[in-house]
Amino acid sequence: MQFAKKSKPTGDIPTASLPDIIFMLLIFFMVVTVFKEFRGLPVLTPAARTTEKLETKRNVAYIWTDKLGRISVDDKIVSVPEIEPIMADKFATNRRLVISMKIDKDVEMGLVTDIQEKLRDAYTLRVNYATRFK
Amino acid sequence: MAILKRRIGGQGEIPTASLPDIVFMLLIFFLVTTTIDLDKGIPMVLPDRGGEFKVNPENISNVLINAQGQVLIDDEPAEIHQIRDIIKGKLQSRGLDADGKPKLIVSIKTERSTSYNDYITVLDEIKRAGATKISIAEPSK
Repeated sequence: MQFAKKSKPTGDIPTASLPDIIFMLLIFFMVVTVFKEFRGLPVLTPAARTTEKLETKRNVAYIWTDKLGRISVDDKIVSVPEIEPIMADKFATNRRLVISMKIDKDVEMGLVTDIQEKLRDAYTLRVNYATRFK
Repeated sequence: MAILKRRIGGQGEIPTASLPDIVFMLLIFFLVTTTIDLDKGIPMVLPDRGGEFKVNPENISNVLINAQGQVLIDDEPAEIHQIRDIIKGKLQSRGLDADGKPKLIVSIKTERSTSYNDYITVLDEIKRAGATKISIAEPSK
């Protein structure tokens, strides 16, 4: 019996599906891309080794405090006494609210405490000190 | 004079040879601009208003931080890098409560002019020592 001699295999990787693969990657990155929406104040948070990831982004409200002592909530500059009604409102609609405090490392503790006292008044007791990984 | 060839019925195909290149460019653009932005930090639970309760003073460890960033643990000065070992020792000496958590409550007290960075540094060290009960005392005026 005669066997047809097999042709020498060529060393080519099939590239026909390359566009499909790249398209998939493209779609993945398009979906996960969040154009850095910068809402808040320029802050440099302190570094800490026990930094943890917040489990959710849905129940988070932010308080920004920069080194000049300005406080920003929801794109608005607010004073310390204004924090309580805003946060109480937020807490009324979402009982699982976590307050992420984005405070500059050069802020003094007096101001931080004042904010915390207002948060206690608003009953938003779950806070998160925003930090960087050390 | 050149002979003009008449084209016969041009086929309506778009060349797709450069499609991967275009898609690659888009891919690289999104790769570069993507920031997977996650919130991270140190979680804390603030004390409830009016929820004051008596604690055995033996189970409280006072950590004071002054405006210069100097630390005093139970009236003894400590360097930042020593905090972890000191708190660890104190946690062990007080033992565990019924829930299996350390009995010791670490109370952090600052001055109003203490920097937030120093506070987080000390808090970080105390957390690293394994303390779970951390209280924040109101700063001295």
